[in-house]
Amino acid sequence: MEQFTGKVWVLGDDIDTDIIIPTEYLALKTVDDMKQYAFSPLRPELAGLIQDGDIIVAGKNFGCGSSREQAPEIIKHLNIKCVIAKSFARIFFRNSINNGLLLIEHPTLYDVVKEGDTVSVALNDKITHNGVDYKINPLPDNLMEIINAGGLVKAMQKRNGLR
Amino acid sequence: MGNTLIEKIIMKNTQKANVAPGEIVTVNVDRVMIHDIFIPFVADKFKEMGFTKLWDSDKVVLIYDHLVPTSAVEDVRHFQIGDAFAKEHNLKNFHKADGICHQLMTECGYAKPGDIVFGTDSHTTTYGCVGCFSSGIGYTEMASILGTGQMWIRVPETIKVRIDGKLPENVTSKDVILRLIGDLGADGATYKVLEFSGSAIDEMSVASRMTMSNMAIEAGAKAGLFAPDEKTCEYSKVKMEDVAWLKADEDASYVREMTYKAEDFVLVCACPSQVDKIEAVSNLKDIKIDQVFIGSCTNGRLEDLKAAAEILKGKKVAPFVKLIVTPASRSIYLEAVKAGYITDLVEAGAMVTQPGCGLCCGRACGILTDGERVVATNNRNFLGRMGTSKVEIFLASPKTAAASAIAGKIVEA
Repeated sequence: MEQFTGKVWVLGDDIDTDIIIPTEYLALKTVDDMKQYAFSPLRPELAGLIQDGDIIVAGKNFGCGSSREQAPEIIKHLNIKCVIAKSFARIFFRNSINNGLLLIEHPTLYDVVKEGDTVSVALNDKITHNGVDYKINPLPDNLMEIINAGGLVKAMQKRNGLR
Repeated sequence: MGNTLIEKIIMKNTQKANVAPGEIVTVNVDRVMIHDIFIPFVADKFKEMGFTKLWDSDKVVLIYDHLVPTSAVEDVRHFQIGDAFAKEHNLKNFHKADGICHQLMTECGYAKPGDIVFGTDSHTTTYGCVGCFSSGIGYTEMASILGTGQMWIRVPETIKVRIDGKLPENVTSKDVILRLIGDLGADGATYKVLEFSGSAIDEMSVASRMTMSNMAIEAGAKAGLFAPDEKTCEYSKVKMEDVAWLKADEDASYVREMTYKAEDFVLVCACPSQVDKIEAVSNLKDIKIDQVFIGSCTNGRLEDLKAAAEILKGKKVAPFVKLIVTPASRSIYLEAVKAGYITDLVEAGAMVTQPGCGLCCGRACGILTDGERVVATNNRNFLGRMGTSKVEIFLASPKTAAASAIAGKIVEA
């Protein structure tokens, strides 16, 4: 089972897609051009501080707002390992799975974790923080199939005989 | 046990005798909508996935609206890619400057009662106004539908919202949906469907219902549905007997039921910067404003322009206020011209812009800067949505917006 450990950035409730990536940057050519502006309305310095393997922990309704898929893509391109939140907005949830960005719903972790803390995740099993284990629910099989294929593009390539 | 409206639509589509919330099903998509912001990404992913042909080009609608007219040179690239995609796949349902995608989808009859429609925009929930199950998706998922015509969905739970009675004078469907979002919270309907009914809903025009299904997503909902009635049939050009099956059973099962008396609704605003931060307009004292925006896929229809024109006719916008009006489509714009509403608005001091998404998505036509305050009829007041992150956005009805434009501060109509 996959396990990983990362440093935590804490964001609040209702982090919307306009905060994750404002519309004015959506016409930039690539997600790599856009990623420096991630979270800029809220914390302009954040994108520059995030390091490979870091983890975002947030409150309820993470990713609410528009259908822009650049939102999960940018988080993935910042090499954030996963987002742990009390809940996720529907479209953001689907877009993240389709792009292979791991999301974990947990009802209480946000209330105890502080920015700069370290958490460990055992996929579909538990999160460990300050020596305490927090159980997580496994994702449904059909979503795990997409994640295991490496995202929806790869799943479709397989269907079309490209892999 | 009976079924809710969304379950009926999914059952018909999948030809299943029954479906229950939580079940994962594959649906055959009746129509898809792609707009200019995302067409380059959809085209890329479609190719990358190994597809060469659309599953059915008649079922694909491409609409330019977010970048119309362009405000930056990079925007042109989106049109070049869209034009090439439309030519390669022989797209007939293609609109380059006819209005906002969500308006055109029902106005042109692309989204009909009982259909299942997906679009690359969160406000795709709008077509629920005619009893169509429509929802927003990302561009990767859109690319896979273009190739396969299918998509998996989780059958959602339904929240029943029943409103009986008569709304007070000047209270509109915008005030109703804002209050509901306030009561539900911005995530109160996440993964769920809002099903609207009651005598106050029956009284509403299709345009007014459209405002509510448009904003269902602001409570996180997957859809905001209205069962079709005679008004729907006239608007969507369908026969009542063909859509009579589109209603919830008496004994359908709901995850939550919310019941309201229409008489209890008042004029409200969503205050900065959350859509669920609802306050009665009468409680907002001396909030001076710099700009007013009347338009968008939420409130840019003929009845909205009429309501604003009736308030502004023969009056003047406060000297320090900029009033921007954006009709939701070219045909609405033309009708408003013929009816004289545009004359009334322009004489009062309004700037009328080409139908499109410009200001609502913070790209053009009146973006604001630090310290400025706007009363707007669109659907989102997120941080930085219509300019810099220090702009304060108050969401309201066209009537409140028009009255506020004259007063120079937020006031009741």
